[in-house]
Amino acid sequence: MIPVTAAAIPRLHPKARLQRDEVRGREVLLYPEGLVGLNATGAAIVALCDGVRSLADIVATLERRYGASGLERDVAAFLDGLAAKGLVLYGP
Amino acid sequence: MDPRPLWLLAELTYRCPLQCPYCSNPLDFAGARFKRELSTDEWCRVFREAKALGVLQLGLSGGEPTLRPDLEELVRTAHGLGLYTSLITSAYRLTKERLAGLKGAGLDHVQISVQGADADLSDEIAGTASYRDKIAAYHYTRELGFPLTVNVVLHRRNLHQVEALIRLAESLGAERIELANTQFYGWALHNRDALMPTKDQLAAAWQVVERERARLGTRLEIVWVLPDYHEQFPKPCMGGWARAYMTVTPAGEVWPCHAAGRITSLTFENVRDHPLDWIWEHSEAFNRFRGDQWMPEPCRSCPRKAQDFGGCRCQAFLVAGDAGVTDPVCSLSPHRHLIDAAVAEVEQAARVEREPEAWTYRAAPASRALATKG
Repeated sequence: MIPVTAAAIPRLHPKARLQRDEVRGREVLLYPEGLVGLNATGAAIVALCDGVRSLADIVATLERRYGASGLERDVAAFLDGLAAKGLVLYGP
Repeated sequence: MDPRPLWLLAELTYRCPLQCPYCSNPLDFAGARFKRELSTDEWCRVFREAKALGVLQLGLSGGEPTLRPDLEELVRTAHGLGLYTSLITSAYRLTKERLAGLKGAGLDHVQISVQGADADLSDEIAGTASYRDKIAAYHYTRELGFPLTVNVVLHRRNLHQVEALIRLAESLGAERIELANTQFYGWALHNRDALMPTKDQLAAAWQVVERERARLGTRLEIVWVLPDYHEQFPKPCMGGWARAYMTVTPAGEVWPCHAAGRITSLTFENVRDHPLDWIWEHSEAFNRFRGDQWMPEPCRSCPRKAQDFGGCRCQAFLVAGDAGVTDPVCSLSPHRHLIDAAVAEVEQAARVEREPEAWTYRAAPASRALATKG
């Protein structure tokens, strides 16, 4: 698998769906025969994977939102983890 | 409340046009116990109660779920609740229009079985000419944009086709292929001598799986369900009794897995009599084997108990006659000799090239005859 680059545009695989899990107070990524529980940051990243924003755009949005910097490495590692499971694809 | 279920398997009907001899439905599926199917409203209530209880994944299965004319309405309700909904079907006579309607209702994922890699073998195993419909339906799922799982139950008569089956799934552009070695419950246990593969067959198929996994990577997920009779340790059945999973049968009984109804030493409750959360939390059957307090030796002091949960309660009941003992598949079980004998019988028959016995197809007349015999 090729790691994500700043210009790559991550999007959810069409088989995966972000869903609120009210009972457990979290977001989950649902897919055929499986699920991944997400923390608030993970859910925010996945929600930004809209097939339009690049990794650089997503990182910039999150850094603005949380008043943080240097998030690129963590965001990229998180997305690469989902890509290894086949849940995230990299465009253009 | 802890644990809470994540998975619900809704067996909408036990009626089925296919007659696969390894069917996991109860042997007495045609009997009075399963006759009075839940109504549309009753199923919708089950889905609402399941969601409130924590369920996120819903399997719509059977029998053949597309025989229910209200399937679209059930899918619409489940989707509205946010459940990830999978249709588990034989695809017999399944049209593109019906699939398009289900897509519109919010169906997330389609799983279609196939019994062999070519029409001759697939139709012979299914007992019903259905291969052509299946191939057509695979293409419809692609055209409609459904994620697709190809499901194959593996046994003595089709294990040699594993490579051809993987290539079929690949050529269809499927996301997953589930290669499920037969687990011996229901009809599969009844037909065990005809279905059980030899060790050589399993070793050859496993080599193919390893090679194809390396070739395909994430392009096609290959799920290999272990042939547990040939393992040293039991499977972590359902991730533990009543921990994450439940099945509702066509007439509303609730089981911790789709085979549990055969355990005659337990009483199962019905969604017509109790809310789902009460059954999950308080019913005797769900609590009987929850956690590890019920475990006898060798499980009780075994470091693997947190990993395999003592194996499968149904298998303990069906093979050793007691649902409360260690899964007889475990090499530490005092009943392991029963598993070894069944495996040895098949190896011996293969050595002298004795043809396995003919299997009994899963069909209503056979079901009624077996129920009468007890």
